Amino acid sequence: MNLSFITEVTLGGLLAGVMYSLVALGFVLIYKASGVFNYAQGSMVLFAALSFVGVLELDVPIWLALLLTVAIMIALAYVVERLVLRPLVNQAQITLFMATIGISFFLDGFGQEVWGSDVHALNIGIPQNPIFLGSILINQFDLIAAVVAGSLVAALALFFQYTRVGRALRAVADDHQAAMSVGIPLKSIWVVVWSAAGIVALVAGIMWGSKLGVQFSVALVALKALPVLILGGFTSIPGAIIGGLIIGAGEKLSEVFLGPMLGGGIEAWFAYMLAMLVLLVRPQGLFGERIIERV
Amino acid sequence: MSGHRLIVSLLSAVLATFALAGLDTAAQAQNEQFIPALVYRSGPYAPNGIPFANGFADYLALINERDGGISGVKITTEECETGYLTDRGIECYERLKNKGPTGAAVFNPLSTGITYALIERAPADHIPIVSMGYGRSDAADGRVFPWVFPILGTYWMQADTLVQYVAMQEGGYDKLKGKKIALVYHDSPYGKEPLPVFQALAKQYGFEFESYPVTPPGLEQKSIWLQIARQFRPDWTFMWGWGVMNSTAIKEAAAIGYPRDHFIGVWWSGAEPDVIPAGEGAVGYKAGAMHAAGPVAPVHQDIFKYLYDKGKGAAKREEVGQVLYNRGMINAALEVEAIRTAQAKFGKKPLTGEQVRWGLENLNIDDQRIEQIGFDGLISPLKLSCADHQGASKLRVQQWDGKNWHSISDWLTPDQKLLRPMVEQSAEMYAKEKNITPRDCSKES
Amino acid sequence: MLYREVGQFKTSYAADQAIFPIRQDRIGSIVVLLVAFAVIPLAANEYWLRTLLTPFLIYALAAIGLNLLTGYAGQVSLGTGAFMGVGAYAAYNISIWLPSLNIIVVLMLAGLVAAGVGILFGLPSLRIKGFYLAVATLAAQFFLSWAFIRVPWVTHYSANGIVTFPPLVLFGVPITTPAGRYLFTLSIVAVLALIAKNLVRGNAGRSWMAIRDMDIAAEIIGIRPLRTKLLAFAVSSFYCGIAGALVAYVFLVSVEPAAFDLDRSFQILFMIIIGGLGSILGCFLGAAFITLLPIFLNRVPTSLGLPLSTATISHIEFMTFGALIVFFLIVEPHGLARLWQIAKEKLRLWPFPH
Repeated sequence: MNLSFITEVTLGGLLAGVMYSLVALGFVLIYKASGVFNYAQGSMVLFAALSFVGVLELDVPIWLALLLTVAIMIALAYVVERLVLRPLVNQAQITLFMATIGISFFLDGFGQEVWGSDVHALNIGIPQNPIFLGSILINQFDLIAAVVAGSLVAALALFFQYTRVGRALRAVADDHQAAMSVGIPLKSIWVVVWSAAGIVALVAGIMWGSKLGVQFSVALVALKALPVLILGGFTSIPGAIIGGLIIGAGEKLSEVFLGPMLGGGIEAWFAYMLAMLVLLVRPQGLFGERIIERV
Repeated sequence: MSGHRLIVSLLSAVLATFALAGLDTAAQAQNEQFIPALVYRSGPYAPNGIPFANGFADYLALINERDGGISGVKITTEECETGYLTDRGIECYERLKNKGPTGAAVFNPLSTGITYALIERAPADHIPIVSMGYGRSDAADGRVFPWVFPILGTYWMQADTLVQYVAMQEGGYDKLKGKKIALVYHDSPYGKEPLPVFQALAKQYGFEFESYPVTPPGLEQKSIWLQIARQFRPDWTFMWGWGVMNSTAIKEAAAIGYPRDHFIGVWWSGAEPDVIPAGEGAVGYKAGAMHAAGPVAPVHQDIFKYLYDKGKGAAKREEVGQVLYNRGMINAALEVEAIRTAQAKFGKKPLTGEQVRWGLENLNIDDQRIEQIGFDGLISPLKLSCADHQGASKLRVQQWDGKNWHSISDWLTPDQKLLRPMVEQSAEMYAKEKNITPRDCSKES
Repeated sequence: MLYREVGQFKTSYAADQAIFPIRQDRIGSIVVLLVAFAVIPLAANEYWLRTLLTPFLIYALAAIGLNLLTGYAGQVSLGTGAFMGVGAYAAYNISIWLPSLNIIVVLMLAGLVAAGVGILFGLPSLRIKGFYLAVATLAAQFFLSWAFIRVPWVTHYSANGIVTFPPLVLFGVPITTPAGRYLFTLSIVAVLALIAKNLVRGNAGRSWMAIRDMDIAAEIIGIRPLRTKLLAFAVSSFYCGIAGALVAYVFLVSVEPAAFDLDRSFQILFMIIIGGLGSILGCFLGAAFITLLPIFLNRVPTSLGLPLSTATISHIEFMTFGALIVFFLIVEPHGLARLWQIAKEKLRLWPFPH
């Protein structure tokens, strides 16, 4: 068990974790700004990727395809707000969660119906070659994904902290009714949030689609992102990245070193177990807001 | 309030439709043979299921269009979407098994899980199951599984032939000693099936064998491949994957620099949907094959002439001849030939499941017949019998060059001396568990 | 007008505390039981019995289990499928180990094993609440799914991980016909549903509901959260375990781990959402809805004569399912059980306007 192998595994894990964070970011955005746990984020990632690839296959240049897909995601956000969020304003959290489950089913069916159930290769020129740092193997693609995720996080953090819209979003997350009474237009805020989450989903969809090919299974990355979410805390954007790094590295290290003793294949549940153990110590995740309960 | 009314009316509509659906009997023409098709055209395995379903549907349509049916008996078919789920598979089976004047002729579950579930039901309903290249490997023993036909190959066979191919590449079985072989597999009954054979072969020929399970669906395999390529460093790697796991594995192998031409997948890991998403990284990847790829046979020309030129094809024209399309076509052809064989004995009319079962068991497709049905170059001859429900089948290895699959080996025959005892032992255990008395083949016609 | 309780006087505490205090309800429930036990096995065809009614009963049982945990005790759980699996594999191992044991005893023991596992995975609920708990139960789901395929003695060292259950035999009589299996399942589900109904009306149910509504306040007035929550997990997993064992014995017979995966957990969750959280009747209504809906959606286009491909029909199924969930939540977040309650309320006046 030499040091370079351990380093490779750790690095690979960190970079894989960043890919998870990309998806987790969408969850965090929506939860932070509207208190809704958006189960449909995975389906949104798939839908965005499908639309992007679908438009690309119509021989449209990449920049135009990007713009068109962003437009599609904004339209989706508008429809969701109008048909789902507005009628359910101020319902219990669990009701909204279940409504997002309904949305995810709808998106799955709709995306496959419009763009087909075939697998589409997605190649926008991101190099995928292995490079060697000394004797340590890293993949170019993972590095690029890390850079993309990092910049996205930085942009979002700045957005929430320093812009008017960002402050309004945080107000809405705290209390819908209070925000409304202060004059914050709830409906537009929600459209903004879901559009932002849609754009994040698009970025995640492009990265994951380049990795796996765009097909239905991409929607299942959401399950990989959930431990990141609970570890980092539902409401923290930097938490999504740090949670991703921890989960990614933890997963890979456990699979490589613990896995052979247990028979292998332990990655999936180890991530959840790790997140759960952290929750036992900090019930709101590492960076989440403290839940203050009053009787 | 109006919302409540809506719900009530919706529920009444559902119940009413159900009440009416209970009386759902379309007028059935009498001279038709009903062959159901369990397919998955949506869901996570749709990319693999769609071409198979298209090939199957196209061949049946061809028989109707070109030949007017099997000796004048037209084929009717109905697709039922299972989404690869066992529940839905059972529901489709129950719904379709009595359709048609004589009931369903035969079922192809297209999923190992559904196959296992149907093996419990179909024998009681007297309907045969064709699990071509998947399902239970021990069902090759027809004495214990009279109603199950894993024609053209099982996983145990494939495991053995892949090792054969590797041995050939290394220069003989004796050169295998000391070499390292890895298996990446889908952590499910499907993926675990070949393990006993690999372990037996490793013991017999002295190579080191390691297996690496991938939790379904297998979106993230970096740790697996780090272990394989950087730690174990095998000379050859096999893959028993399905769905997105295949393309992910090929990509990871490329990303980590594992030589693709030493990476061989099973026949369910070697089709276009598995290599296309991996792009450049898939060039050189090999896979086992039970039949040829590409629209290379005379039957393909017929399909173009009678279906696609008239706009009646199920798929897109350029998809005809893809690996899974051919597989679906061959599956349909085997069943048609079985029905034909049975018709020779029972008469040229719609047949019952019992009779089709006899046809399957006495299926004998030799070189001449292969040519007659236009499948030359696609499959090799096969002959089933009471004890052997697999047919003397062969396999070979194909390689992806970025655009097409090319055959790169001869037809290899599995080592029955090793495999048949394993099959019979496993079948015997099943028979004991279920209180089945194995048939005595010498007593049957 | 039909539903009035005018003229029905209770003269004993027992009468007052009955599950169905109103005579119309009692008659209604007896009619339902008669139809279920006597009419359906005789009248329904094989397809209905095997593919629709028997699974419906089994899933309703699992839904009762989950509803006790999520609807009554307020602990959102996404590990239902895994607990069902524990019951199934436990039943398998017990029946291999003690082949002559009565099937009812096997089921009970399997339920107890599932209850034990449920308690173990319910321990985090003492610290974690709400969505965090839901995602933590996913740990149970994934871990157990892994264990089903990787831990060799769970599948009794089966080479490929699929176990085939022994034939169903009750008191020496093999149960093979669809009607027989249906009646077997129905009896078990009916008895367990009755027990569940009494549980939620009693002390256990009240303490669960107290924890669900305001757990800190409940703790202050003396309800012990540790005991109550773990009891909820135990009873819920007991029910789910028996449901899982039934799925294996009666429905699938040949079981692979995928039968108890995350999709199954979500399916049961939908049943209690649509049926109504916190209602035993709701479990049955939700289970019926979720079992029948996909088949209904699949058949409507063909019966309407629309020439749609199977893929399109399947996609429309997904879309309609999702849209229906949202629709239900908007219109009636308390589920079908609440609709039934409203109907009964209206029946008090009907046909009069007020």
